[in-house]
Amino acid sequence: MIEQFFAQMPALVIVLPLLAAPMCVLLHRAALAWFVYLITAWACFGLAFLLFVQVKIGGPISYAMGGWPPPFGIELVLDSFNTVVLLLVTGIGAICSLYAKASVAAEIARERAYLFYAAMLLCLCGLAGITVTGDAFNLFVFLEISSLSSYGLIAMGAKRRALLSAFQYLIMGTIGGTFMLIGIGFLYMMTGSLNMADIAERLPAVADTRTVEAGLAFIVVGASLKFALFPLHVWLPNAYTYAPSSVSAFIAATATKVAVYALMRFLFTVFGAAYAFDELPLGEVLMVLAVVAMLSGSMAAIFQTDLKRLLAWSSIAQIGYIVMGFALASSAGITASVTHMVNHGIIKGALFMAAGALFWRLRTISLNDIAGLGKHMPWTSAAFVLAGLSLIGVPATGGFISKWVLLEAVIEPGHYWLAVAILVSSLMALIYIGRVVESLYFRERTEGQAVPGEAPPIMLVATWTLVLANIAIGVHATPLVGAAERAATALLGGGA
Amino acid sequence: MNEIWLALLVGFPAVMSLAVAASGRWPNLRETVSIATSIALFAGVASFIGPVTAGARPSVTLLEVLPGIGLTFTLEPLGLLFALVASGLWSLTTLYAAGYMRGNEEHAQTRFFVCFALAISAAIGIAFAGNLLTLFIFYEMLTLSTYPLVTHHGDTESRNGGRVYLGILLTTSIGFFLPAIIITYLVSGSITFTAGGLFGNAGLSVLGAGALYVLFLYGTGKAALMPFHRWLPAAMVAPTPVSALLHAVAVVKAGVFIVLKLTVYVFGVDYLAETGASQLMMWVAAVTVLGASLIAMTRDNLKARLAYSTVSQLSYIVLGATMASSLGILGGGMHIAMHAFAKITLFFCAGAIYTATHRKYVSELDGLGYAMPITFSAFFIASLSLVGIPPMGGIWSKWYLMEGAADAGQSALIVVLAISSLLNIVYLLEIPTRAFFHNPRPDTPRRWQEAPWACVIPLSITAAGSIVWFLYPLPFLQLLAPWAPQ
Repeated sequence: MIEQFFAQMPALVIVLPLLAAPMCVLLHRAALAWFVYLITAWACFGLAFLLFVQVKIGGPISYAMGGWPPPFGIELVLDSFNTVVLLLVTGIGAICSLYAKASVAAEIARERAYLFYAAMLLCLCGLAGITVTGDAFNLFVFLEISSLSSYGLIAMGAKRRALLSAFQYLIMGTIGGTFMLIGIGFLYMMTGSLNMADIAERLPAVADTRTVEAGLAFIVVGASLKFALFPLHVWLPNAYTYAPSSVSAFIAATATKVAVYALMRFLFTVFGAAYAFDELPLGEVLMVLAVVAMLSGSMAAIFQTDLKRLLAWSSIAQIGYIVMGFALASSAGITASVTHMVNHGIIKGALFMAAGALFWRLRTISLNDIAGLGKHMPWTSAAFVLAGLSLIGVPATGGFISKWVLLEAVIEPGHYWLAVAILVSSLMALIYIGRVVESLYFRERTEGQAVPGEAPPIMLVATWTLVLANIAIGVHATPLVGAAERAATALLGGGA
Repeated sequence: MNEIWLALLVGFPAVMSLAVAASGRWPNLRETVSIATSIALFAGVASFIGPVTAGARPSVTLLEVLPGIGLTFTLEPLGLLFALVASGLWSLTTLYAAGYMRGNEEHAQTRFFVCFALAISAAIGIAFAGNLLTLFIFYEMLTLSTYPLVTHHGDTESRNGGRVYLGILLTTSIGFFLPAIIITYLVSGSITFTAGGLFGNAGLSVLGAGALYVLFLYGTGKAALMPFHRWLPAAMVAPTPVSALLHAVAVVKAGVFIVLKLTVYVFGVDYLAETGASQLMMWVAAVTVLGASLIAMTRDNLKARLAYSTVSQLSYIVLGATMASSLGILGGGMHIAMHAFAKITLFFCAGAIYTATHRKYVSELDGLGYAMPITFSAFFIASLSLVGIPPMGGIWSKWYLMEGAADAGQSALIVVLAISSLLNIVYLLEIPTRAFFHNPRPDTPRRWQEAPWACVIPLSITAAGSIVWFLYPLPFLQLLAPWAPQ
């Protein structure tokens, strides 16, 4: 019985939320739907944790969906790389499920709340699916599940601008998804297979064709749209700004990371590092874009007056760090990428949650409106400051660990100019986080501004869980960096 | 002797800051907690004097932060000296701060004392750090925990001061220090402080070592080398006890202590002497010594003048490190203590003058000596110590610095030090001279008007300390015996 359960875990992590979503719709009552969401999200987190441990101890797992052996059926593959990403996605999902109740009650009409929870579960299902699948076409399907549900979620934002942003995201997201599909189609055309491992085996024979090169290009551009790599980032600030708070927190922390995961999976497992980075100049292209993203994103963040938009621009910059890591195509670089995926997920999750707590009280979130709240909402403000310090890269926070491994990865091969770009971007983070801190602590609330109390405890618990996790990583990062190193080995071992 | 005590001592003030916060409603209890903590801390640090003088180097690793790199505390003589100075003067400052904060009816006193305790925790962490990562963690903790102290008043002026403070200190540390640590790690394979340095066989070119040394020294923004010195005058918007302990002792001394520590345990004095990799920074320090003294002469605001004097004096210690001679390390180490006693006295006096008369400009002090004789006598004594005139302790550190310069063959540095002493006379002794010999302004009080006793007693003790260390410098020589002449 127990063994049966363990054997089915890879499928359960997708099936559970997929079944729970219609259940939410059937239950219809907001409180019940939330409860289903909560239980499912934590169950997925538990499953992800068990899978992580299982892979760490016993090595990669292959699961044949429906009993069809790969490469004919859909294969789920769990290795040291995607179990880390899965743990991040489900972990953030679980904490968001705590956070969502209060924030949804305030932002979304009661009679539509069950739809919100159903869409959140579908989004979780899609993201988890992208992570665990070993099938290229299946990956596209899950990508669409997560994207479609997130368009809906963003459209539920309180302001009417949310509709427009969701539409904008829909257009760009669909283009990205279609590009991925075209790329996958090209690969299928040349290799006759959709299973990633199988494609990887057959690809070298046809690697020098224009079709495969075009397939790679389509996949790179499509995925880059999904994780908003400069200059394909224009949809992101609006989407994050107008989405409901818990959606911003969840999507900002997970969706872009999963898209990066998908690209890395294609580059290293399917195409192989040697093909993508040695024969084609992909590394150089990505590196330049990453640097531009880091600098322009941080620069734009400095000039924002809306807190959520500021965080969104900061995300664009942070994506640059993650891309720079794997663009090095070295073991240290991939380690840095994976480390920062996790750290940035946690940091941005915490920041958007703190911002959401401010929004919960104020119904607005411009830097002027949050003036002087350090005194009135001390726990929320302190959480924001601590997570913000991590974004800057102050030691004893997760952000510092990311910066450390990334700097190590770029300095070792002598890319000093990349190190300079990383440091400059960090210091720009100091400016934009500093602006928020000054607004929170050094300005008084003016006449006519409401003096709010602290956010509800459940929101604070969720936010502080992430903040403390971030600090725990900062003082004891060996497990995370170790896991990231194993992920790098898994990726490079398969491809090179 | 138990190594775990090192970690406990670092954590002790931070834990006690919770007690300070909890007792915030009862100011007398709160200050009692602070003072008891500081005395216990000093006693705890002092208990290591015997073993360390005997050659022990206790070490403890708490956590593995990154693979192969731990949160490690290791005690060696320089760190012990810095920890003794910081914790010893903390107890006096707490007493003084109680008098000052109440005398001026400052707001948010509990936050003030909580941050103070956190800052001391960070300073002890820096003193005990066993590798560069541990050092860096506590270095940033010191920056961040002192930021609320610098911006204590919460007005526009302090916000701007805070911007410069945080901006320069975080920019230099993240921009220069962090990459320097990582380069060190990649080149030498280690970031553990090791007697004799890490680069002996690392195959680092002289140019590379020089560049790395520049990165490290400018990365240590707290050492206030020009042109990254502006944060120190900017931090003077803080209440005077903060300026006294943090910006004459804990923060700035953390900076120069790190410079000494890097010189001895990362690069190695002999390595620097052979390669000359520290030459460039030596001249930067020389320029800072003279430049800051010249700026100090132009400042009428008393605290600003003292701040620039600090910038100048800090570079004495950097000179001691960069001249790459063990006598320089001895002189630099002693100057940490001597300057700490003298400069904290001067800041205590500035705060006492402000508390008693609300004056903060040098030009307002004419004839004030008769109303505040104890304060201005203490000021006079401390000024003499900074100038380096017997019978004050400052003569010893200057003596060894000059001897070290001669030993290293840098006779130009002797001239720099001599000129600096003359400049010190001009801008420091002007103040007691005005107070005692100029005609009082009409509104200057003639009758006894000292600050509260809680301010006067600490400044008398620290001033007396300057004299005591002249007569009895032996403890420092014993502690710094590894660099003392045989």
